Amino acid sequence: MIEKADQIFVILSHWLVSFLPVWLQQPVHVLLSVVAIIVTFPALFAITVLLERKGLGRMQNRYGPNRVGPYGIFQPVADGIKSLTKEDIVPTSADAVVHFLAPVFLVVVVFMGYAVLPMGRNMTLVNMDAGLLFFFAIGASTELSVFMAGWSSRNKYSLLGAMRAVAQMISYEIPLLMSSVAVVMMTGSLSPNKIVDVQNQYTWGLPHWYIFTPWGLAAFLLFCVAATAETNRSPFDLPEGESELVAGYFTEYSGFKFALFFLGEYVGMLAISGLGTTLFLGGYSAPLQILNWVPSWCWFFGKVMMSMCVFIWLRGTLPRLRQDQLMNFAWKFVLPLTLLNLVVAALWRFMGDGWLRWVVCSAILLLAYTVMGRLGMRQKHIAPRSYRYAE
Amino acid sequence: MTPLTGYLLVAALLFAIGLAGALTRRNAILVLIGIELMLNAANLNLIAFWRYGPHPEALTGMMFAIFSIAVAAAEAAVGLGLVIQIYRHTRTTDLDQMNRMKG
Amino acid sequence: MSIVFYVLAGLTVAGALAAVALKNTVHCALALTVAFAGLALLFLELDAQFAGFAQILIYIGAVAILVVFAILLTRGSETPKDTVYSNKWLLGLVTAAAVFAVLGWAVLHSTEALPHETAKPAVTVMDIGNALMGRYVLPLEIVALLLTAALIGAVIVAMHEKEGAR
Repeated sequence: MIEKADQIFVILSHWLVSFLPVWLQQPVHVLLSVVAIIVTFPALFAITVLLERKGLGRMQNRYGPNRVGPYGIFQPVADGIKSLTKEDIVPTSADAVVHFLAPVFLVVVVFMGYAVLPMGRNMTLVNMDAGLLFFFAIGASTELSVFMAGWSSRNKYSLLGAMRAVAQMISYEIPLLMSSVAVVMMTGSLSPNKIVDVQNQYTWGLPHWYIFTPWGLAAFLLFCVAATAETNRSPFDLPEGESELVAGYFTEYSGFKFALFFLGEYVGMLAISGLGTTLFLGGYSAPLQILNWVPSWCWFFGKVMMSMCVFIWLRGTLPRLRQDQLMNFAWKFVLPLTLLNLVVAALWRFMGDGWLRWVVCSAILLLAYTVMGRLGMRQKHIAPRSYRYAE
Repeated sequence: MTPLTGYLLVAALLFAIGLAGALTRRNAILVLIGIELMLNAANLNLIAFWRYGPHPEALTGMMFAIFSIAVAAAEAAVGLGLVIQIYRHTRTTDLDQMNRMKG
Repeated sequence: MSIVFYVLAGLTVAGALAAVALKNTVHCALALTVAFAGLALLFLELDAQFAGFAQILIYIGAVAILVVFAILLTRGSETPKDTVYSNKWLLGLVTAAAVFAVLGWAVLHSTEALPHETAKPAVTVMDIGNALMGRYVLPLEIVALLLTAALIGAVIVAMHEKEGAR
């Protein structure tokens, strides 16, 4: 019974496909999985957008949207209808072909990342040997669509926003990859299925998730920072900050194309949360062994939504970083820490089991963080705050 | 025509197109684009021979191609840095006007 | 020859032609990206998954963006005053056609000497890792040194000169 609830989508798709002739079964099976992904994640996007507006509102001491439906739960529907029926304005001097292709390219590329994520037991769309490399390759392609959007608008603010966004995404891509390489090194495989399988074991009821090891916790925190910067979310959202650059690289987009950009950004956030869940939080495995009766896909989506809540929380709490502060942070703090984390992970592996490796690895990481953080701070001469009043 | 011949012809065509681009365009960056196309054609050649040759389990072709990709990326970076610095000096990227060492 | 190969080859060649023939430099860079993507798919068709994904990650994710940044930093996106082709364009075209003719003749006339189709190789990423750390460890370290040198060199070459050195 538990087994059936866990595998319910797999059983359902096999049953639906069994009505067809044999030569048609494999393509239709793949097609069904693709349709399921294309339906599920935009639905999660709608829920996330509503959660964000209500959550941010509450953090800023106001209600979020609460007119459309009880507690505002039909707000995403209203937003969708609005963006579909708005006039699609393309500037006269804009490059029409590239202007049209940029959101299309973004959405296509962002959905392709879901092909390798294990969303439940036996629920990976494509079980690739080099799945993680595929995900990062796809993530690297999104930067080009950002540039296409900014350049084709023939607008100085868009171009500036696009250049900033691309520089930021390239800078934070290396810490993203390096913090995942620590996980790959300890697992010995690039396949997300294998990574989740290794974490799916339990000792005294507690799981072997990588976040519960010192190097795993450091790698997870660095991955979070890099993921927030990759998806242009606050506190790294200078490229799309409303107070700086109008709307950054999608200034000249209106109506459905803007909705596609919005969709692409949030679906990208969901994809990178899915990847973080797979790499560090054990994917579809339950936190305690006694909770294994809950279906695996419930755990996966629960963890992804928790990550989205953390993203929203960060947005409501932290102030925005300036472009040079952001780049300094990436190259001078996050990248050296990720490289040190690789060494610490290797040390963890070769010290063998026991309490000593916990102490040594935690001590090295804490020392590095303190030294680099405090040394970095000392060079900034922070003057006492002075106020200038309008006279 | 065997599959290998098909891939080799595509690689030869890409190489010729890259060479034509490198030899006929004025802008220095487009010459670099032509060079990148030529390197990619060579990579395609390597992978095709790896796949259809004897001993694909020795991984020689794939390793060669991966190292070639890495070296090409490094060369593109340095080449584009040079182009940017030359632009700062001469205010143009037109190769036909960079003839101060002629004669 | 499967239909997939023809479609991918057509896409790649079309992208390459557009990359060297278009007037607008940024369009050329975007067409180059299409050519890179086509090549990556050709690698995947040849069962070289690691090479295909590395091609997407490095070429589309880094080299294409580098080319685009260089075009924007050197005002390449403005329309040029005279033609985009050099004075001696015919010579270049003839040279390229001659090279293609020689290569094509060599390929088509050596069909007997070329290897025949073998079974699909089962290459895992573990094999590639073992090869990189075993047989190819010296080239790996040299490429690491080369990349470091290129990184430092590119930064130094493209840096703004200090005021005193001008």
